[in-house]
Amino acid sequence: MADPGPTRVLLTDEGPALISGPVELELPDGTRVRSDRAVTAVCHCRRSKRYPICDASHRRKVRQEGPDA
Amino acid sequence: MTSTLAPSFLDQAGSPELPAPRGPLSGAVIGALRGAPLGPVDPGGAEPYGDDLQLALHCCYELHYRGFAGVDAEREWDPELLGVRRELERVFLAALRADVEPGDDVTAEVDALLVEPIGPGVRGVSHHLQREGTLEQLREYVAHRSIYHLKEADPQAWAIPRLSGAAKAGLVTVEHDEYGSGRPERMHALLFAEMMTELGLSDAYCAYVEHVPGETLAEVNLMSLCGLHRSLRGASVGQFAMVELTSSPGSERLVRGMRRLDCGPASIRFYDEHVEADAVHEQVVRRSVLAPLLAAEPELAADVVFGIRASLFLGERMGERLLGCWDRGETSLRMPLA
Repeated sequence: MADPGPTRVLLTDEGPALISGPVELELPDGTRVRSDRAVTAVCHCRRSKRYPICDASHRRKVRQEGPDA
Repeated sequence: MTSTLAPSFLDQAGSPELPAPRGPLSGAVIGALRGAPLGPVDPGGAEPYGDDLQLALHCCYELHYRGFAGVDAEREWDPELLGVRRELERVFLAALRADVEPGDDVTAEVDALLVEPIGPGVRGVSHHLQREGTLEQLREYVAHRSIYHLKEADPQAWAIPRLSGAAKAGLVTVEHDEYGSGRPERMHALLFAEMMTELGLSDAYCAYVEHVPGETLAEVNLMSLCGLHRSLRGASVGQFAMVELTSSPGSERLVRGMRRLDCGPASIRFYDEHVEADAVHEQVVRRSVLAPLLAAEPELAADVVFGIRASLFLGERMGERLLGCWDRGETSLRMPLA
């Protein structure tokens, strides 16, 4: 098998870091979070409600008021 | 640990029964599949998104997926049926081209999809189900969605051989994840089937075709139309991108709605999986599918935008059908669930 090379981490400017291959993330308190996806999106902005996994919470939001607002 | 597979779904390789016709077009197609001679079929005056035309198209397309019980699998390549399918597609596609504003700025289109509207003024099925929908409405929603999700990722798989190089590799990365990354117990279609069983619904393939209206069939038919025509591969990628770019926040709302309604773990798991999966897929679709596709074939930009807008257009029609019926206290299906 060919050398797969170093682990590739793509840092996006607006959202998560993308890591290829299964990963295990260790949090400051020792908790480990495993992801078996081909690509894992790791939260970079700390807004994810599933930190350290990205849940797209970094997206820009536009508020729409109700009909009687 | 014992297997958590739902054998009833993974063992289902059989074909569904033919549905009942809803008018002359679906009557002609279904009659022909039952063995009757195919009479003249003129979809010219038909309602392009209506029940009759959409059911006729659905039956034509299903020959390419699972077929129908008692129908020879070779009918998939019956030239007469293919000719009828072409006429139905012309009417459907012409209506979509007329109803959808053309454009060719894919970046602007994607940026617009990545802005998340929030607040009390947002009208949408997932917003309704998060805030106040009933369990019965949630079950109806799942029945509508089952037409697609029990073959999740299949319509987009037709696009694979029509792409090349990096865009193909990117699309397969996402498709592989949809199919469970080699682990059948993680296939999204199976997770959906497990949710259906938990909600007391049938997980049989196409079990709810008789229940769902043309609005629901049209969304899935658009996927099959774009997938089966190489000339529409840009639109297929656009449709795929639309789903992957918008489903993460919608799935999060459905998870909250299901928790509010005290749904079981299998129900929550399907949408919970999609919150994380589609946060990744969004990135892969933008960087590894759309970018290389448009670099290699820039002339496809207008069709990518068409695919995005056509699926948004049909998604809004379906959403309006559901919310409109629910506002009036009616079922959004053609007949209530058992």
